Amino acid sequence: MAKALVYITYKSGVLDPQGLAVKGALTSLGFESVSNVRVGKYIEIELEDAPPDELRALAEKMCKDLLANPVIENYRVELPGDSGHSDPPAPGT
Amino acid sequence: MRFAVIVFPGSNCDHDCHHAVSAVLGHPAALLWHKDTDLKGAEVVIVPGGFSYGDHLRAGAISRFSPIMKAVGDHAAEGRPVIGICNGFQILAESSLLPGALHRNTSLRFICENVHIRCETLRTPFTREIEAGERLRMPIAHGDGNYFCDPETLAMLEDNDQIVFRYCDEEGALTAESNPNGSMGSIAGICNREGNVVGLMPHPERACEKALGGDDGLRLFSSVISAAVS
Repeated sequence: MAKALVYITYKSGVLDPQGLAVKGALTSLGFESVSNVRVGKYIEIELEDAPPDELRALAEKMCKDLLANPVIENYRVELPGDSGHSDPPAPGT
Repeated sequence: MRFAVIVFPGSNCDHDCHHAVSAVLGHPAALLWHKDTDLKGAEVVIVPGGFSYGDHLRAGAISRFSPIMKAVGDHAAEGRPVIGICNGFQILAESSLLPGALHRNTSLRFICENVHIRCETLRTPFTREIEAGERLRMPIAHGDGNYFCDPETLAMLEDNDQIVFRYCDEEGALTAESNPNGSMGSIAGICNREGNVVGLMPHPERACEKALGGDDGLRLFSSVISAAVS
């Protein structure tokens, strides 16, 4: 069994009202150094084992076909073996 | 004029739409389950509001893969009338039958209230009996009605006369206060380039009888009927 991890975030030009609300709450709790918060989705997909390139291509096709809406969202696919896979998603474009 | 109202698991305005065109306007209408694959001779398709597939993932994201959507896409491609209301608008946007996307209201709240919308174009079959600039009153009921598209698409919508309705105040003026959900350009409804596919967040089917507090919404359905006759 293999796993693909999908991170979906709003594109940078898209207003993220949930992120703004969380930022407001953090600021009011005293986390004054917070300058911005973006809230996204994390999707874990378990699927049949396959070579990493195939798994990645399959997960990217899933993102294109269903998981992300390209009008407002970016996506990033990771496999558990990727180095540094716990890094935050790249900033939206 | 034969109408089809598509029913998805989680649709909740399907019977209201059916009632508006059949009981109020007296035209034949069929409720078609989303697993159906043909429109059974319908001339107008209504994709109704609700929470199809529980809005899981994104509103409308899963419904667009329902078997009936192939027939709806073919119907649209033939230039025949399709209207998506609320969740129906979200489904048509997810299906790329209409440009852009509907995302979370800026208030983060589900909003259920009467709004005013201004008709911006008469070129769609659903607005031909409405006057340009005319103001209609009908309810909205959504949490994800914030219309978004990139600046190029917005310019295209403006240039091609694809903006059908904008939120306005009682006098018809576009103000920040009268935009309930943060939509770009106060957009409440748009159409495709050809004008035959219309999507809007407000609910015309909930404003089809005086007993419901107003019948402005009837204008959209009577327009499409007269469009077919002429």
